Amino acid sequence: MSTGVMKHTPQYMELKMIKKLFYSVIFGSTLLFGAPVFAGCEISDRVSIVGNEFPAIQTVGSGAQECKGAEVSTNLTADHQKINIPGMQGNPAEFTAVINNNSVLTSLMNADVIRPLDDLVAKHGQSLKPSQLIKIDGKVMSVAFMANAQHLVYRADILKQIGVNPPKTYEEMLAAAKMIRDKGIMENPVGGAYMAGWNLATEFINMYLGHGGEFYKTGTAELTINNDKGIATLKMMKALSEYMNPDFLTHDSNATNAEFRAGNVALMNMWGSRAASLVSVEGVPQEVKDGFAIDGPMTVGGGSTNATTLWWDGFGIAKNISDAEAEASFISLVHAIRPDMLTDKTSLEAVWLIDGYKPTPAAKGVFAAASSTSLPYPSLPQQPLLHSALGNELADFMQGKESAEQALNDITAAYNGAAKEKGFLQ
Amino acid sequence: MRHKTFFWFFLPTASAMLLFIAFPIISVITQSVHAPHKAVLIEVETCTPLTGCKIQTTIDQEATRKQKEVNPLGRFVGLDIFFDRGHLAIHELVDIFKSSENWSSKYNQIFNLPFYRAMGFTITFTFLVTPFVVILGLLIALAVNAIHSKIKGLVIFFSLLPFVITPLIGALVLFWMIDSRGILGNLVQWLVNDPTLSLKASTGLMWISLIIYGIWHAAPFAFVIFYAGLQTLPNDQIEAARIDGASRYQQVRYIVVPHLFPLITFVALIQLMDNFRVFEPIVGFNASAHATSLSWFIFNDLSGETRQLSAAAASSVLTIVGVSILLFPVLLRTWKDFREKK
Repeated sequence: MSTGVMKHTPQYMELKMIKKLFYSVIFGSTLLFGAPVFAGCEISDRVSIVGNEFPAIQTVGSGAQECKGAEVSTNLTADHQKINIPGMQGNPAEFTAVINNNSVLTSLMNADVIRPLDDLVAKHGQSLKPSQLIKIDGKVMSVAFMANAQHLVYRADILKQIGVNPPKTYEEMLAAAKMIRDKGIMENPVGGAYMAGWNLATEFINMYLGHGGEFYKTGTAELTINNDKGIATLKMMKALSEYMNPDFLTHDSNATNAEFRAGNVALMNMWGSRAASLVSVEGVPQEVKDGFAIDGPMTVGGGSTNATTLWWDGFGIAKNISDAEAEASFISLVHAIRPDMLTDKTSLEAVWLIDGYKPTPAAKGVFAAASSTSLPYPSLPQQPLLHSALGNELADFMQGKESAEQALNDITAAYNGAAKEKGFLQ
Repeated sequence: MRHKTFFWFFLPTASAMLLFIAFPIISVITQSVHAPHKAVLIEVETCTPLTGCKIQTTIDQEATRKQKEVNPLGRFVGLDIFFDRGHLAIHELVDIFKSSENWSSKYNQIFNLPFYRAMGFTITFTFLVTPFVVILGLLIALAVNAIHSKIKGLVIFFSLLPFVITPLIGALVLFWMIDSRGILGNLVQWLVNDPTLSLKASTGLMWISLIIYGIWHAAPFAFVIFYAGLQTLPNDQIEAARIDGASRYQQVRYIVVPHLFPLITFVALIQLMDNFRVFEPIVGFNASAHATSLSWFIFNDLSGETRQLSAAAASSVLTIVGVSILLFPVLLRTWKDFREKK
């Protein structure tokens, strides 16, 4: 019999119809039950996120990109502070959302490029804890999702070799570094993100706070670092740099971590967010992996305040965009930081401020910073000017070209010039 | 009539020059004499997860917006920004000259001021790289002209490579090579027998590295131009000189160089202007701790979150003035030639 005749018998047609019905039921049910796999993140307009590039932010970025319905693009780079404000000032803005922290938020508020989030929090922020909301003048300006701080990262095996406990003060760190060098174990045992510019300025600010210093005269923008605490800060930084790789003025966090991974550094003050995944990359020698250990931040000069600063990282939404884009950005980022995102892998990346986060051993340093006396990075509007002046003027002192007093004079003069221009000082 | 024809021919170029050169310069000059309005500060309550709620100072955006509506350019400050510490530093200079310290200490203090430190490096870079580029380009062109035609093509290709590489990428590649753990870094350490020597940690060596990079990068440009010029060299003059017993050096000095003189002037001019605006090597080598330039100043003021636009505008104006001063002798000569022709 030919297939043509077979095709149109009543029994054949009935079988075909049953098959069709069967498949449509299966297909329809997968549509119904398959959707929750993506936790239902639907957005209706484009999202463009700018931020830093360390692992926790990469996770948040990919989480936001899980949303369907429109394009979600991310620009995560170590140079984010060069492009975030310029990219949000245009109207319409290029970036719709920005990953910020205490310092970046100040600059964003100064430039007036982010919008209040109260209405979006009310509509889509049910999974957020009240403590995650950063409020300025009663309005929610940012949603925080992780805490960060710099603390001690060291090689436990090297310290055991020289018979020393992990240092609790910077003076102890110097003593340990001297012993490591004298015993010939390592030539430059101390690591530090001392690259001229933002990194070097951050190190100064941490160390100065550890000495109990105040930056400004209360209620004004007048700089008050030109004192004995400022000099002590500079002297300690110089002493530490004597034990670092001579190219330290060109080494940021990435380069310093590369030195640690290569087994050239035994003691460093490093960001918790980077310490978590420091030795889990490819190619790290086994002894570095085994010896890697972290501890809380150190104090200096007999003070009780840690020589570190507390940071939170969160996101903000741009002002110069449509309300639909703002809503889409908010939805995608809240999706990225929902409690479900905490897996074994992502839990290690940061001290998340999300509901249900359980501290991992890698979070020990940041927790120690938060639970002992550590100050948050100052969020006064003139702080970026001080940070910039420090970054430009400290390099000369660190190379031994000028005295500590001269350096403090230069920093004050540079800050005063910028503050006058920006209208903070007369 | 002739003037009218000239006017119509020149109109497209004139419009382009007006739009892309004159107006931006006017805009930059305008920005350089204005500064942002005085910041209006208010106290507000700030709540963060780390510190709870506190009263803190922040900028009053409403009041700032009102100020901007009244005067969008900012407040007029005249030449204050040019005279401030980040630029010509007039007050600081007067203080230094009035002080009773010796000349060596005064010299150090002057070069501690950011603008003069940048000018020091820029002028050194310009006046070292330009002549060496011309000389090296000429030598390479003469050498390539003399070699066998079979390998000429290959040699030309390799000679052009440094100029073909994007400046920033070339600088980055060299940055890692001169690192104390890199190939060139180790070579230098071996040559001077000092294992702790680091090119990146010393200002003098960093300057030398930047200057060598500048020469290496621009020499092929000079080479190509001189090589083209050499092809038009009158052969009979060279032969006559050789018959008269002139040595190779004398041939070059008395025939080749005068023949190429207009090209040498052209290359020197272009190099003067380009080297005065040196920027990519400083960024690529991460050398801002050791060497800064006017262009780097502008970049530093514009980028980052502080965005000192007025300071950057003032630096731009100073760069324009600097380039004009450099080119002044040439412009004068062109003007004189024009007057003579009339």
